[in-house]
Amino acid sequence: MRFGVVRFPGSCDEVDALLACRRFGEAELLWHKDRDLAGVDAVVVPGGFSYGDYLRAGAIARFSPLMESVIEFAREGGPVLGICNGFQVLCEAGLLPGALLTNRSLRFVCRQVDIVVENPDTPFTRACAQDEVLSVPVKHTTGRYYAPGVPEEQVVLRYAPGHNPNGAQDDIAGVCNAAGNVLGLMPHPEHAVDPLTGSADGGRLFESLAMAPVA
Amino acid sequence: MRVRVLIRPKEGILDPVGQTVEGALPALGFEGVRNVHVGRLIELDVEDAADVPAMCERLLANPLIEDYEVQELVA
Repeated sequence: MRFGVVRFPGSCDEVDALLACRRFGEAELLWHKDRDLAGVDAVVVPGGFSYGDYLRAGAIARFSPLMESVIEFAREGGPVLGICNGFQVLCEAGLLPGALLTNRSLRFVCRQVDIVVENPDTPFTRACAQDEVLSVPVKHTTGRYYAPGVPEEQVVLRYAPGHNPNGAQDDIAGVCNAAGNVLGLMPHPEHAVDPLTGSADGGRLFESLAMAPVA
Repeated sequence: MRVRVLIRPKEGILDPVGQTVEGALPALGFEGVRNVHVGRLIELDVEDAADVPAMCERLLANPLIEDYEVQELVA
């Protein structure tokens, strides 16, 4: 498995994402001005503040040359994982339903949360069991997911009861597209891949991507 | 042509910024304030104002969560 991790001006979690991917496969950074995905098998759109998050989080990044290629890659069925700002970018790009709004508290939240695997039948969660609980951090101001009418089967990850940090609709922490090959989530699995940091649960998502697809 | 675009949170979407401003005004002695909503204002010079709604749909606003209103300003 070769992962490509997107780097925009203003990205800040791309190196953690790169190192998380390298625990389970090969990985390289992809520069936002390039159009070439370098033949990677999966794309990670990481967290941060792409293009300063000016106008709306993810709104400008969505039109970068590399994202045009990522959109094409996703439409052809390639797996794309968007984390935090990457989730916002994928929503703005129309690859995922919904939008991310300012946290109900209006505050930046940074804390460890429990998320529940609602759907283990995706390329991102197939190493997980149904209802498995993962402990991963969140850190964002614009994470209140809003998607009227999003189908239940597209809800892949949900905040455990009492753990919703932002007022997200129906406690949704992570959502996939109808085809199941694009996942966005606000929590940061790439910051929870080593027991030294308190939890290695986030590695389950990268491990899932690196697993051979079940025929 | 000078154009002004007003962008508002869509009705029915929780607007905690508006709520917070609404809650702060009585503390300053301004009573009877209701339905406060906070949006954004974008002003731009364009050759053809007919292009502006498309700009709003694609970039300036997110139609899922925001309404926009285009005003042509008279010089």
